[in-house]
Amino acid sequence: MNIDSIQNGYVIDHIRAGHAMEIYKYLGLDDLDCSVAIIRNAKSQKNGKKDIIKIDQEMNLDLDLLAYIDPGVTVNVIRDGRLVEKRKPEMPKRIVNVMKCKNPRCITQVEQELDQIFVLTDREQQVYRCYYCEAQSR
Amino acid sequence: MPRHLLDIRDLSVEEIDALLDRAEDIMDHPQKYAECMHGKKLATLFFEPSTRTRLSFEAAMMELGGNVLGFSSANSSSAAKGESVADTVRTVACYADIIAMRHPREGAPTAAAQVCPVPIINAGDGGHNHPTQTLTDLLTIRREKKRLSQLVIGFCGDLKFGRTVHSLIHAMMRYKSIRFVFISPRELRVPDYVLETLQKHGIGYVEVEKLEDIIGTLDVLYMTRVQRERFFNEEEYLRLKDSYVLDVDKMKLARRDLAVLHPLPRVNEISVKVDEDPRACYFRQVLYGKYVREALLMKLLEVEA
Repeated sequence: MNIDSIQNGYVIDHIRAGHAMEIYKYLGLDDLDCSVAIIRNAKSQKNGKKDIIKIDQEMNLDLDLLAYIDPGVTVNVIRDGRLVEKRKPEMPKRIVNVMKCKNPRCITQVEQELDQIFVLTDREQQVYRCYYCEAQSR
Repeated sequence: MPRHLLDIRDLSVEEIDALLDRAEDIMDHPQKYAECMHGKKLATLFFEPSTRTRLSFEAAMMELGGNVLGFSSANSSSAAKGESVADTVRTVACYADIIAMRHPREGAPTAAAQVCPVPIINAGDGGHNHPTQTLTDLLTIRREKKRLSQLVIGFCGDLKFGRTVHSLIHAMMRYKSIRFVFISPRELRVPDYVLETLQKHGIGYVEVEKLEDIIGTLDVLYMTRVQRERFFNEEEYLRLKDSYVLDVDKMKLARRDLAVLHPLPRVNEISVKVDEDPRACYFRQVLYGKYVREALLMKLLEVEA
């Protein structure tokens, strides 16, 4: 399989196998005009299999969001066809208006225009909880 | 920014101890505090019914010389017209110096606190938190046992949905040498995230299904109601329900200095015959609740005697 190398953009590497489409959706990559390649189940020395996304355009990548969805990813920044930086996103302490609280008894289900806020309560176990009702997000 | 009380963890152990000290001083010297809230108003915004908590807050404010306004059901407020919690508290803050709020939605007081210019006290939000009940429980344990450390505390009944149980566990685990005994049917066990917190802090606990097997080891027994509607299986409910009724026979197996607490309302989980036993503290607990709320109102409004 041949996929052109990119000139200016990003390679999101070490995505957990099977999770590339989730990242594609959350980052809104379907709105882009440029080439976006999704490689699924690539060989990985560390995990056996991994997914990779290549984006051939500079953009504002939401690293917090990436780290929330998959804390293991690495973002390679490419300029003029060369790797210029490797970024390891850190799980954000607080996430606002990315996902909704699923607790049917939570105030966020009824209160008008209330921000959906989740806070990181356990970095080791990657647990986020609703700021209002403390229901776990995942 | 005003200081709110949304969760018992908003208060440090030192602050809790100071509140309990103040509550006891109010009990001993009520005259000293009788006018300290003169000119202050408490709004009790109760979007769902309550007997004890609302009246306790109102009695507390009146005994300190303050005034009270508010509503006792969502139907008698603009919430019935669809007004948001945020708009309600912004409005009420124009009339009152402090707000006590009960709401069926979990996290409603937290949402309100984001926009409210006066202190908000969470007086119960769904199955989530009830920090003033926890302060009441702590004062009761301290009054009855003369300490808040080196205790074996049993929780009995519905430990899954009981908001007072989770708050009290979080509060008590900060004191020294506390061990927990959780007595409940499998369906109503303490949630995993609470147990994980105990494990992480190295705090000992055991989970059992029968009260009589373990009642003799307890310093404190915190009773809660087992609700029929929580069971998926009627037979299972019928099999288990009587295991969680505290009666005179079970009290015979308990220590002579056991303290029995209950957040109330009681339905049938404690036999009325147990009320005569001096170890039954739940009606004294109601009284302590008023004094600890007085201490809390003073703290949040920064009022001194």
